[in-house]
Amino acid sequence: MSAETTTPATDNVSLYDVDNPAPVIEPPRARTKKTPKSTRTNFELYGWLFMRLSGVVLVVLVLGHLLIQLVLDGGVSKIGFAFVAGRWASPFWQAWDLIMLWLAMLHGANGLRTVINDYAERPKTRFWLKNLLYAATVFTVLLGTLVIFTFDPNIR
Amino acid sequence: MPAGTLYRGREGMWSWVAHRVTGVLIFFFLFVHVLDTALVRVSPEAYDDVVATYKTPVVNVMEYGLVAAILFHALNGLRVIAVDFWSKGARYQKQMLWSVVTIWLVLMGGAFYPVLQHTLRTLFGS
Repeated sequence: MSAETTTPATDNVSLYDVDNPAPVIEPPRARTKKTPKSTRTNFELYGWLFMRLSGVVLVVLVLGHLLIQLVLDGGVSKIGFAFVAGRWASPFWQAWDLIMLWLAMLHGANGLRTVINDYAERPKTRFWLKNLLYAATVFTVLLGTLVIFTFDPNIR
Repeated sequence: MPAGTLYRGREGMWSWVAHRVTGVLIFFFLFVHVLDTALVRVSPEAYDDVVATYKTPVVNVMEYGLVAAILFHALNGLRVIAVDFWSKGARYQKQMLWSVVTIWLVLMGGAFYPVLQHTLRTLFGS
């Protein structure tokens, strides 16, 4: 017997013909008129990479911050204006706090952006939640930066 | 609904959930924390007043919770990086999670007295 006769008859036979055409399947990621042009970048890739790079740096900066503020030398007991003045007298700790502020805020904002994208389903809700997030982020980063740069130990 | 069809995940899913929850909590704290620190630009008294709330027993316990959230997020974040960039990361993700949990428990035990000493001293004297 030849191989041809053992081949199942249904193979290579189309279920569709001219009178019974196959349904048209849209490409799953087809771009529509509503698709913004700006999505044609690698923004999400850079965001993903930023989360990992900033995360490694933040592990050092934040855990060091927690160790100094909440663990060493009496824990929260010693914190006060004088303690802050003593630490910000050093450019090293000013730079530490400034880098920590910027990285933590951007890391947190990008994380919350992901959370909003995942759970806020209505376009309007997403739009407003993200704008609120961006406004709060810009405000907090600028305020914190201003405070670090303009800190005056002799304010009173 | 038929019984037993709800996906309850395993280590991978629950660590992802915990990473999200701790991340959101930390972000909200960070927002408040920058605002309270900004009071050093108002006056020493205004800043010391708000820091006084950080020294109350309830908020002190919340600080221990903050340490818990940050430590988990930090350790699990390193695990996520290992899963993404280490060639054997995905294969050992479960073992790495249990390592994270173990290190977290040890560090939380070590942080208990230092972080809560202000409250312990206030409530129990000396």
